[in-house]
Amino acid sequence: MDTFLQQLVNGLTAGSVYAVVALGYTMVYGIIQLINFAHGEVVMIGAMVAFTVINALAPAGLPPLAVVLVGTACAIPVCMLVGYSMERLAYRPLRGAPRLAPLITAIGVSIILQHLAMLVWSRNVLAFPQIIRTTTYTLGGASITNVQIAIIAVCVALMGALALLVYRTQLGTAMRATAQNPHVAGLMGVDVNRVIAATFVIGAALGAVAGVLFGTYYGVAQYTMGSILGLKAFSAAVLGGIGNIPGAMLGGVLLGVVEALGAGYIGDLSDLCVYGWIADFLGEHCAGGEHFILFGSNYQDVFAFLVLILVLVFRPSGLLGERVGDRA
Amino acid sequence: MNMAKASIPLLAAALALIGCGEQKPPAGAEVRIGHVGPLTGGIAHLGKDNENGARLAVEEANAAKIKIDGKEVKFTLVAEDDQADPKTGTTVAQKLVDAKVAGVVGHLNSGTSIPASPIYAQAGIPVISGSATNPKLTEQGFKSQFRVVGRDDQQGPAIASYLATTKKPKLVAVIDDATAYGEGIANEVEKTLKAANVKVLPREKGTDKTTDWKAVLTKLRGRSPDAVFYGGMDATGGPLLKQGRELGIKAVFSFGDGACTDKMRELAGDAAEGLLCSQAGIPPQAADKKFLEAYKKKFNMDPILYAPFTYDAANLLISAMQKANSSDPKKYLPELQKIDFTGATGKIAFDEKGDRKDAEMTIFIMKGGKLDPIAIVKGGKTMTYEEFIKGTK
Repeated sequence: MDTFLQQLVNGLTAGSVYAVVALGYTMVYGIIQLINFAHGEVVMIGAMVAFTVINALAPAGLPPLAVVLVGTACAIPVCMLVGYSMERLAYRPLRGAPRLAPLITAIGVSIILQHLAMLVWSRNVLAFPQIIRTTTYTLGGASITNVQIAIIAVCVALMGALALLVYRTQLGTAMRATAQNPHVAGLMGVDVNRVIAATFVIGAALGAVAGVLFGTYYGVAQYTMGSILGLKAFSAAVLGGIGNIPGAMLGGVLLGVVEALGAGYIGDLSDLCVYGWIADFLGEHCAGGEHFILFGSNYQDVFAFLVLILVLVFRPSGLLGERVGDRA
Repeated sequence: MNMAKASIPLLAAALALIGCGEQKPPAGAEVRIGHVGPLTGGIAHLGKDNENGARLAVEEANAAKIKIDGKEVKFTLVAEDDQADPKTGTTVAQKLVDAKVAGVVGHLNSGTSIPASPIYAQAGIPVISGSATNPKLTEQGFKSQFRVVGRDDQQGPAIASYLATTKKPKLVAVIDDATAYGEGIANEVEKTLKAANVKVLPREKGTDKTTDWKAVLTKLRGRSPDAVFYGGMDATGGPLLKQGRELGIKAVFSFGDGACTDKMRELAGDAAEGLLCSQAGIPPQAADKKFLEAYKKKFNMDPILYAPFTYDAANLLISAMQKANSSDPKKYLPELQKIDFTGATGKIAFDEKGDRKDAEMTIFIMKGGKLDPIAIVKGGKTMTYEEFIKGTK
């Protein structure tokens, strides 16, 4: 039971980071039906900028939390600028083009950003400065650190803020209108270009925060970190129903939890020696408490995508996908 | 020296400075010894360190006015840069063969040594690496290939036997990163532990890109192992260690040389404290005192990593030539194969593959943010680092 609870805590932490990144994918898809594959790289740049700033400030003797906040405050505008530039330079010129063109462009942008980061921050794994002291609390048998609590809190706050923005402000209304029909929204006086740019910029800002959270949590940053994180967040967005904001949140958390539980239990479940008749069949392989494990915990990533496939087979539009009107 | 042919003028200039210049065959009593290591790029400082070791040996031999076949010979070190790049490694190897060197010390990396070895083997030139630890290097069946440093697959048994004898764990968890290196060393550790009657949990695996080890570690926590071994690199080992401590796992963590670097301190923070890990060979400060003093005097710095090994490698070549009374590779190679030599890193003899017999492995512990050598494992026997130092000096 302790183990189960702990896996749940692990999954929730990872899942809330996925959810924040997934929002960036889903918002852009909701508004211009483009899968912005470069979004993972925006997250990576957020982590890298924060890494540089925190490293520079760490010896100054400021309170650790303030240093991390300054690092985040620097990462956000940089990522916003990156988000705006890629929309303006790469995607806007292709607005009317067939859908495949911007998709390929997105992959191109992703490769460019990755390699730029490699030139600036080297190809080494960077040790994210660990200035925040981790305190571990025990909660019904599961340990949870202050960093994990902060990550979950920040992610929930960000999701709340985004929901407010989309459903309660004029910009949000304009975004939802553009998502429903850009042409008609334009006729109603919505500056469609501005709204689309704003969507990219907001998604990038969320990505920057996610990058800092990721770096602080795992203690490492590398120029390639965006690709697998981006892929998982994209899967989370699809799982929840791409284009749907609550869906991305749900999908992210769900993916994190499934992944943690999967990696935690798949080894035991696929241990053939546990099952009577197979164990007899395997004979000596199982003799004397030996194990014959089909899938180890390195199938963690596979497990996440397997769930994605299963959901898509039975609900092709994702978990919350049918509420098309709500996408933004 | 053909400057115009060099594509990178800077590189050409650097090579000219270290005297790789003339390509004409050795005249009379000159004996050329090649040295290859990366002199440019990320680990250029290690390449230079290796070269310094070999250079010191050559200069000492010249000062001793060694006679071969009745004539006093002058040894010259032909130092080349392979940029730690396998392709450049083979080009440089061919260059040394064309320059008719009598023997080669190098290369630094396993990745460059392995593709270069058939080129030397074809020319029949003996080559001794002071730092390439990949088992494959001497498994290719080349008679002229040697190394004076231990192999990766001797490291697993070393750290495992140290763990079993000093920490006496009842239950050990073994994790690897599913790479050839990580899985290989983890298998060796598991084998050794089982032979010592230590129970080992079913293998857990990650990948060489895993940063989130929490699921695996949580599962292990439920089984409460006394020790954890991880076969993998520091980039994944750091987060593993940090997350393990965050989850409240009290077990002893032990890693192989891929994660036995000073970077562990940065990657894992305070959690790195108390980490046990192993490296092939002995730390440079444990080398022979006479060598350490001579090195410091000549280069005005302490050896960084493998200089004692390249120093021994160059001396082995020279000593075999003396014994055979010839600098002809064909004639002195048999002497090298059966050599019994005491160098800066201790006694050296080769087995039939060209590996060093009873190579030493060093066990380190992370203490106060620094890796401290605590024990030397040799031929299955463990002695403390202090005992080893006393024994050699």
